[in-house]
Amino acid sequence: MSDAPEARPLLLAGGRVLDPSQGLDVAAGDVLLVGGRVEHAGERVGRPDDATVVDCAGLVVSPGFIDVHCHLREPGREDVETIATGARAAAAGGFTAVCAMPNTDPVTDNQAAVGFIVRQAQRAAASRVYPVGAITLGQRGETLAEFGEMVGAGAVAVSDDGKPVVSAHIMRTALEYARTFGIPVANHCEEPTLAHGGAMNEGAVSMRLGLKGIPSEAEEIMAIRDILLARRTGGHVHLCHMSTAGSVDLIRWGKARGIRVTAEVCPHHLSLTEDAVEGYQTNAKMNPPLRTAADVEALQAAVRDGTIDVVATDHAPHHYDEKEREFADAPNGIVGLETALGVIVTWLVAPGVLSYAQLVDRMACAPARVFGLPGGTLRRGAPADVTVFDPERRWTVDPATFRSKGRNTPYAGRTLQGRAVATVVAGGIVYDDRSTPA
Amino acid sequence: MSAPATAPPTAPAPPAAPSLGKDLLGLEGLTRAQIELVLDTAAPLRAVSERAIKKVPTLRGQTVVNLFFEASTRTRVSFEFAEKRLSADTVSIASAGSSVSKGETLVDTARNLEAMKIDTVVIRHGSSGAARFLAERIDSTVINAGDGTHEHPTQGLLDLLTLRDRFGALDGRRVCIVGDVLHSRVARSNVFGLQALGAEVAVCGPRSLLPNAVDALGVKVFDRVEAAIEWAEALNVLRLQLERMQAGYIPSVREYNRVFGVTRERLERAPRDLLILHPGPMNRGVEIDSDVADGPHSVILDQVTNGVAVRMAVLYLLAGGRPDLAEAARGPA
Repeated sequence: MSDAPEARPLLLAGGRVLDPSQGLDVAAGDVLLVGGRVEHAGERVGRPDDATVVDCAGLVVSPGFIDVHCHLREPGREDVETIATGARAAAAGGFTAVCAMPNTDPVTDNQAAVGFIVRQAQRAAASRVYPVGAITLGQRGETLAEFGEMVGAGAVAVSDDGKPVVSAHIMRTALEYARTFGIPVANHCEEPTLAHGGAMNEGAVSMRLGLKGIPSEAEEIMAIRDILLARRTGGHVHLCHMSTAGSVDLIRWGKARGIRVTAEVCPHHLSLTEDAVEGYQTNAKMNPPLRTAADVEALQAAVRDGTIDVVATDHAPHHYDEKEREFADAPNGIVGLETALGVIVTWLVAPGVLSYAQLVDRMACAPARVFGLPGGTLRRGAPADVTVFDPERRWTVDPATFRSKGRNTPYAGRTLQGRAVATVVAGGIVYDDRSTPA
Repeated sequence: MSAPATAPPTAPAPPAAPSLGKDLLGLEGLTRAQIELVLDTAAPLRAVSERAIKKVPTLRGQTVVNLFFEASTRTRVSFEFAEKRLSADTVSIASAGSSVSKGETLVDTARNLEAMKIDTVVIRHGSSGAARFLAERIDSTVINAGDGTHEHPTQGLLDLLTLRDRFGALDGRRVCIVGDVLHSRVARSNVFGLQALGAEVAVCGPRSLLPNAVDALGVKVFDRVEAAIEWAEALNVLRLQLERMQAGYIPSVREYNRVFGVTRERLERAPRDLLILHPGPMNRGVEIDSDVADGPHSVILDQVTNGVAVRMAVLYLLAGGRPDLAEAARGPA
């Protein structure tokens, strides 16, 4: 995304202005963006002479959504996704900023690699892309990467996502060292000797299908290890893509004791169960795996009460023929940037689990808070990053229309409620779907 | 012509004759009628193998490809005999010599074979779901000859035929599967098939080799083989893969034999004679002792014989089940 702010003021007029960061909920208000900053958000204001006006009647105008966890595959797998296509997919999903995980090829484990992502994102001129640096060189789990240099180049967090940090000593050191730079250490919680090559959740379904299962405890053992290490070190541990009811209990335990633990959950873990794997559906294969209905219920409750801070997509594009194979051999992951909002509205807001204010908090305000990012608020002077979405629009997921190069989604053909209709970054509209009929 | 205001009364449709459909991927979900159809078809087909000229023209002109991505001698040979005795043209491909070893995907391999206009693929594959994967992508009939740790339906069917020969109906009969249920495709097919025919099913083995959620299958679980023997009327003894010891599932083969081995001493303490089945190949002195395997209640060789008949039945039924071919398959009374 170019840093140059949009020259003309932009008035988002007449929408429901919803900004939980300042307790703002105005049924028919205005948001005025000037010089790349928020000038006003709340009650109606006069229209500046030179402003571009967007009629937002019937729409929600909120701080721009931020995804703290996605995979953009560049460098290394540009056939699957590039920073440009990923950033455009993000914009189409209502995300004004995303954090790109470092499991690229080569791994983003040094300042040059971080700088490359920053430059590619600027060229893309869509949503903002914040690099996440690796915790260890090559994600090998042995030697810490240069956090300081990476942060200097633009990294906002460190993670070996895709691979858990197996060594407790390295994780402890990372948490201690990251304090110097004020960044979270995000870990993929999976005890590998217990996961033991599993391909889905361990339970009745894996047994019937004859697939090796991953027990919940593989996640929970490492989650509690990381929480205890955060307690020991005072570091900030961020637990990626939580999937089990047990993890929720552990996070709750940690937070109650004032430990610096934050956590994220993905839309798919909030909406689908292991049953989606029936028929060996590789588009339901992910890590951590889809779990049980009881886990989904616990995760939903944890998002509602804030135990889990953030909804993140874990957007993981794969080429279609990589998924078109035997289940155990297919890669993990699904695309998520363009379906996240619809899934959350459909499965959580429409049934009354979450309010729209809570949705905006978990998808915009909290991600900024947790990762220390600009945005996530419509306070005066904040970056002019805004999401405008239609909470009522129903649409059917057609992967062929995705901006992402990835088509791997278990939601294909599903009708979802809720869709971004305009995405504004630095005061400029980077995605505009207002003309498409509902 | 305009439609009548009310539809004329029609006679109720007769119940549909069971059919197996396009593929045989597993016994899960098959009805009792479908399973009995296979067993009823297999029983007379055994006679073909007893003749001087062991061949009927049933599948003449049909092409069957045996696609074995995993080493198997018994199952592959059994299928080949079944195919040849039905006069099918057969090609057998093992993974070592296939394009798979050069990196070609399963679906590409299958599409290439289908482009050569084959009728049936018999597939053995190390990945659970591979047979289904194939069946959903090609028009040819697919027969699962064992996929990963999922199912091995023809093995299940031959076990059922063997048990039915001895017991008559299986309703209420008590069968226990002993051993490494966790990694066994035979166990799943047995459970589904036996339950469909009304048998009571149990599993027995070290808990480290039983699926964590095994109760969900609706089976009894025995921790001790002595208790299983006391309960059961038949034991289906699974082969212990010796690499399970290296993988940490059991401490030693010796201890496995001492705790879970089906031995003559244990059987002699049983309240009744038990039928002994084993899918082979056996580890004598590990999961089963030789004097049990070769003893009077062993039906292990009957299983092998029935394997050919069951596979002939499956091939025939999936090839269309034409009545004239059925007669030909039966041959002279």
